[in-house]
Amino acid sequence: MRYVEIGRVALVNYGKDYGKLVVIVDVIDQNRALVDSPDMVRSQMNFKRLSLTDIKIDIKRVPKKKTLVAAMEAADVKGKWEKSSWGRKLVVQKRRAALNDFDRFKLMLAKIKRAGVVRQELAKLKKETAA
Amino acid sequence: MAPKQRTRNPELIPGVRKVSRSQMYHKRGLWAIKAKNGGKFPHHEKAPAAAAVAEKPPKFYPADHVKKPLSNKRKPKPTKLRASITPGTVLIILAGRFKGKRVVFLKQLTSGLLLVTGPYKINGVPLRRVNQAYVIGTSTKIDVSGVNVEKFDDKYFAKQVEKKKKKGESEFFESEKQEKSALPVEKKDDQKAVDATLLTAIESVPDLKAYLGARFSLKAGMKPHELVF
Repeated sequence: MRYVEIGRVALVNYGKDYGKLVVIVDVIDQNRALVDSPDMVRSQMNFKRLSLTDIKIDIKRVPKKKTLVAAMEAADVKGKWEKSSWGRKLVVQKRRAALNDFDRFKLMLAKIKRAGVVRQELAKLKKETAA
Repeated sequence: MAPKQRTRNPELIPGVRKVSRSQMYHKRGLWAIKAKNGGKFPHHEKAPAAAAVAEKPPKFYPADHVKKPLSNKRKPKPTKLRASITPGTVLIILAGRFKGKRVVFLKQLTSGLLLVTGPYKINGVPLRRVNQAYVIGTSTKIDVSGVNVEKFDDKYFAKQVEKKKKKGESEFFESEKQEKSALPVEKKDDQKAVDATLLTAIESVPDLKAYLGARFSLKAGMKPHELVF
């Protein structure tokens, strides 16, 4: 279960830091958390701007930047994120959004080719079971 | 915009400047100019005015005062070419009989229109002029360094003027059929010459020929404002 807790890693889904992975470092009140990341100044964020992930790191309430960075390295947040299906999906989405018109055309040709190969194999298998 | 020059006397609020009259005198160095000139500000005599030519009284005074329109010396400039459109760019035509066709940009003519070719063998678009407003510039570029487009200008594309023929009523229906004249051979040769070099450049890139032969269309889920062209 993804709880809001100290050390929970979240993805920012709105605002200036859109797309960043941040760590909840303290809870301010019912709606806001104090949030920190190695590449940003510690700041408050509304929970509505955060999407919680499965990753959690082991830190005390409001750690120093150095301890936070060390804890993130120890828990290998970056590695876990890149291996997770959510993290990989984001990469694919970014790649698709950046496709050029020519790239989209080549992609269409590749999809048709792959579907053709699949259909051929399927036809072969059907013939075998029918025979 | 060019970087603003440092002003000696900035306006603090409208009507109030920072530096007083005497301080400005010192800042501008008028004291030094005067010193160089022996205590006085350098003064140049006015050049002798050219003797005014004796004007003859006009021969003719018009009875009515006819208004003359104001003179307009404005020369329109050719449309500014978008930065994304450079020679060799693949463009998508958005309107007209070739809408959706992907086409190669050659150069901008003096009228501002873009000179464009299919190439003809690939998608049926001949050497043609197209307005920049009806075009999407993609980021795909083709090498057009081998193509010579010097001879094409707006006059090349002017309509051929036919001699007027007097038609009787009965001849009206028959003559309509003969109006379409075939394309002159020189234009066909120009097309072939331009396309020959282009085709070798296009065939060197895989799938580019099929790409230029296909029309562009919006499919489900495509949002034009989010697409990268």
